[in-house]
Amino acid sequence: MSLADTAHPAPTPLSRALHHARLNPATVICCALLLGFVLIAIFAPLLAGDPIKIDPAQRLKPPSDTAIWGRDHLGRDVYARAVYGTRVSMLVGFSVAILVTILGVSIGIYAGLSQIGGAVVMRLTDAMMAIPAVLLAIAFASLMNAGLLTVIIAITIPEVPRMVRLVRSVVLGVRQQLHVTAAISIGTSGLPLVWRHILPNTLGPVLVQATYACASAIIASAVLSFLGVGLSPEVPSWGGMMADARQQFRIHPVLMLYPGLLLSLLVLAVNILGDRLSDALDPRKSRRSTL
Amino acid sequence: MSNIIDVENLSLEFLSGEQRVYALDNVSFSVARGETLSLVGESGCGKSVTAMAMMGLLPKASARITSGRIRMAGTELVGLPERQLQQIRGNRIGMVFQDPMTSLNPVHTIGMQIAEAVRRHKPVSRTEAMQRARQMLDLVRIPDAGNRLTAYPHELSGGQRQRVMIAMALACDPELLIADEPTTALDVTVQAQILELIADLKAELGMSVLLITHDLGVVAATADRMMVMYAGRIVEEGAVERIFARPSHGYTAALLRSLPGHGTGRRGRLTEIAGTVPRLDRQLASCLFAPRCGFAEAACSASLPPSRQVEAGHRSACIREAAVFDAMRDNDIVKGWTS
Repeated sequence: MSLADTAHPAPTPLSRALHHARLNPATVICCALLLGFVLIAIFAPLLAGDPIKIDPAQRLKPPSDTAIWGRDHLGRDVYARAVYGTRVSMLVGFSVAILVTILGVSIGIYAGLSQIGGAVVMRLTDAMMAIPAVLLAIAFASLMNAGLLTVIIAITIPEVPRMVRLVRSVVLGVRQQLHVTAAISIGTSGLPLVWRHILPNTLGPVLVQATYACASAIIASAVLSFLGVGLSPEVPSWGGMMADARQQFRIHPVLMLYPGLLLSLLVLAVNILGDRLSDALDPRKSRRSTL
Repeated sequence: MSNIIDVENLSLEFLSGEQRVYALDNVSFSVARGETLSLVGESGCGKSVTAMAMMGLLPKASARITSGRIRMAGTELVGLPERQLQQIRGNRIGMVFQDPMTSLNPVHTIGMQIAEAVRRHKPVSRTEAMQRARQMLDLVRIPDAGNRLTAYPHELSGGQRQRVMIAMALACDPELLIADEPTTALDVTVQAQILELIADLKAELGMSVLLITHDLGVVAATADRMMVMYAGRIVEEGAVERIFARPSHGYTAALLRSLPGHGTGRRGRLTEIAGTVPRLDRQLASCLFAPRCGFAEAACSASLPPSRQVEAGHRSACIREAAVFDAMRDNDIVKGWTS
């Protein structure tokens, strides 16, 4: 037993977590916020009533017991729509992050290992990144049928090149590392070499980039709904709510405020977590206890 | 005694853009079964390149073998398809690298990494491979091997990591171990332990060792034969005790002189070799060491000195070989090895 072991009792996972939490209150708040949004998305039916039912008699009614945030221009429950709107944002954000990671990592690793393939992929990503992501997403969304899947795909495609470039640059560094040469020297090659030695050593930056992709996908989905592309108008989404509220902005500005605030909070939480993750994974910045 | 490796007239160049670097020039040597051959020379002289070329580990885009052969027990390795090379790497030739801090994958346990070496070449189950990994940890004298299997590289000291690396390289009982400066990154006491371990394992497993080093002390302690390399050429080759007793190349003499004095208690400035290693971007038909050599005369720069036999099994590519030996007679190290 070493000296350090005898001097301090071994920290339990709980005490370690509490220690980190004291050092990083922002991280804890963001985690709690994110967890809250996840729970709201999952348990939406328990938290709110029908978000779709139109009741023209109740249009633009102020907050009441039946609709605590009031009603919109079609008499729909704003609170219910905001709660259900969380679902679209979370679903799009997480699906896009996962898809971008899978596609970006596979293409990026290929580009990092194959010289010619790498050159071709890089020129393609250059071409794609020359067009603004939202413009590209609108183009893809209008090519396909309306629906959640369309939105997810339309947002994923313009996000992939960024991840590809990142993964490629990391792979170019990793494959020069001595432990990769050592793995080759014991006879490892091909897929096992990529899977066991290259991929795991690229995951840090990939994770950080995935959180940014998630945040920008949440915004992009709101933008698409706001512009009326992708999702049909009756589906409750924050972007759609803001588009509806735009017409009543002068008389009922709060209708715009609710979804806008929720959107900002969610994106802020995801982005701050991404920053913290990036700091924690950066060996130059991390005091042993970030995150 | 049959040879495990025969390298014949190996020449190799690196291309980067328009530049060419002639890294190896007609390198020939062989390693006999069960012997320790040491390759010595200063940084950039081609020691590691020789080792990497033998393993086929050089980047194919920039390194090109322009002539020569590398044969392993009769199998030609130059131009061998990658798939067949993989069956040799780690299985018949094991390699240990200079820096144990970075030669292990940080994300896998050391048990998994040793087991991986086994599973690449032997049709064994996961558990059998792990058992083998445990045996190997025992073999390289890591205490408490059973528990250490699940340790990650960052939990081990430099010396222990180098032991793990040796375990990985030897997991499939290779016939040849290439140790590329295995002790350079370790501190002196650990160096001695690792060298002792390699020597013990060589005797236990009956393998051959190609030990690359720039430390003549290491050579004297462990090797049977040695080769001195300079600027991509082998300049002197022979049994360790003969080269120390009868240095026959200006460069070998300079290396011996630059060793800190033994036992004389002499203090003061260490002797160095003036000048630097030449750039290898041109092929020169002359002795490349001549510009830095104290024994050089006009003929040294006029033509490439051929490798000549000085005594049985001892060759040198130096035309001033007799003058070098005369001048070195009084050297403490040489005197120590003659008596």
